[in-house]
Amino acid sequence: MTAAIKATGVVKSFGEGAATVTALKSVNFEAAFGEMPYIVGPSGSGKTTLLSVLSGILRPNAGSVVVDGVDIWKLDVDSLASFRLHKIGFVFQDYHLFPRLTTAENAAIPLIIKGRDWESSVREAANYLDIVGLKERAELPPVKLSGGEQQRVAIARAIAGRPDILIMDEPTASLDGETGRNILGFVKRNILNERRCIVVVTHDSRIYEYASRIIIMEDGRLKGETPVPPANEK
Amino acid sequence: MKGILLLAFKLLVNDKAKFSALIVGITFAVFLMVQMTSMFAGVLSRSSATVLNIGASMWVMDPSVQTIANSVGMPDYVLDYVRSVPGVRFAVPLYYGAALLKLPSGLYQTATVLGLDDTTLFGRPALIKGRIEDIYAENSFIAVHDPEFPKLENPTLGTRFELNDHRAIITGIAKVASPGLFGVPTLYTTYERALQYVPNPRFTISYILVEPKSSASILAIKKAVARLGYRAMTADEFIQMISDFYKYQTGIGINIFVMTIMSFIVGLSISGQTFYTFILENMEKFGALKAIGATNRQLVAMILFQSGFTSLTGYGLGVGLCSLIIGIAKLRLPDYASKITYFNLSLAFLMALVIAAISSYVGVRRVLRIEPFDIFRG
Repeated sequence: MTAAIKATGVVKSFGEGAATVTALKSVNFEAAFGEMPYIVGPSGSGKTTLLSVLSGILRPNAGSVVVDGVDIWKLDVDSLASFRLHKIGFVFQDYHLFPRLTTAENAAIPLIIKGRDWESSVREAANYLDIVGLKERAELPPVKLSGGEQQRVAIARAIAGRPDILIMDEPTASLDGETGRNILGFVKRNILNERRCIVVVTHDSRIYEYASRIIIMEDGRLKGETPVPPANEK
Repeated sequence: MKGILLLAFKLLVNDKAKFSALIVGITFAVFLMVQMTSMFAGVLSRSSATVLNIGASMWVMDPSVQTIANSVGMPDYVLDYVRSVPGVRFAVPLYYGAALLKLPSGLYQTATVLGLDDTTLFGRPALIKGRIEDIYAENSFIAVHDPEFPKLENPTLGTRFELNDHRAIITGIAKVASPGLFGVPTLYTTYERALQYVPNPRFTISYILVEPKSSASILAIKKAVARLGYRAMTADEFIQMISDFYKYQTGIGINIFVMTIMSFIVGLSISGQTFYTFILENMEKFGALKAIGATNRQLVAMILFQSGFTSLTGYGLGVGLCSLIIGIAKLRLPDYASKITYFNLSLAFLMALVIAAISSYVGVRRVLRIEPFDIFRG
């Protein structure tokens, strides 16, 4: 079976000379379709850098990343952008919704970038808003929504492109505990399936119960896994 | 691509404050540029009004002449010589001079006097009152009904006044295609009467109006006239020479040029700065689009569309506003010399495009540089 993501010997440094900081030190990572691994660790441990390298938006200094059988860092810039568009969905920490578009228009963005016409994209995006329970809010601008609802719009946008890989960066950072748990519970129940892999970077222990496995990252290295707490501990 | 451009459009126009500032900046700049250049075009057009109104194909003059108003008298033999040049269908003299009028109210007013060839009246204006043959009547003058007409105290047929201490009577009111530049009324009379009424030096022919047999004769006529030490020009060449004089040998051209450049700089500053701020404020959104999978080509297309749309809208509004203001000004101020030409519009359009290009260049550079990773890092 093909791994959803397989990273081997990934190294990433920033800066030059004496100021060089190595954020990833020969990291190996693997995730399968149908699972939702968490990468957790303290701030500055390299979680976001690893997520960026895995998702094809930050080129590593060394190592390879194979996503669904494609060595993504061997692709040229446009092919990589196209690969991200068709294979990977992003849920950003701060959502990055467009405040002057409606909720449905925000969710339709991946379809529009794919070249679909505006009307049909927005119509189809309404279906994804339905999945995240916001269909009745399709015509509102994001600023009229609560933080949890905005996060769900971001999820609808991420899945609108029908990606096989979903990348979630600190998805609960701007949410209260209960909303955060509701969102991740929703993602696990409704978005995760056997053809999709969802990689979550977080340091919010309140949502650990929804992980398939929890990988600890420290000082640019993966330090192994910690057991997933049972749901009834929360 | 249509969807991505619509996305760019919505991002632009839904930010009403920024969009308004961008539009106002470009509209203002285009308005000023069109206004300045139109005013200049109007001045240039009026500076050649007599050439246009007389309507001769060719003009013979002393080589010292730079504008229609500074004619240098030519001796009569020049007229005879020109008439003898092969290729000349006919040639007639024109008198151009200034006279002092004493109006019925007792006030004095300077006027331009044009003396037409007595035999042919070639170059005569179209009359709106009176009969052209009355120009041969004693003391007869035809007044031109242009914006300067009220300075003659709105004469009617039969109005009497003194012209250089001679009695003069208005026997016709004429209209002309283009009013003059110098703010003085114009009177037409016969060539011989003009010589009698206006004091003159030894040589009296201001210009010789020539009609060539065909356009092929023009070059030969020019050469023949040049051999005598005088200059023959087509009407277009004469107009161009007058325009060049005002453009390059007076302060008008350079002042208008400086004002136009300043308008451009003001427009560029306002629009460029506002557009740059707009791009900066949306930088993380562009980064998000890039992370999601938008290509650089799509992002560049979005920015070019936004700046292009803003510039074209501003251009349209600027031209519309300028046309409106000029239209109103012409209704209220008869002497207002302003003329929107295709050249003015093209120049302003080009400058609006340059504003769009410079504004978008700065935006494109920023957007191409942004790394989607920055979005993850916040």
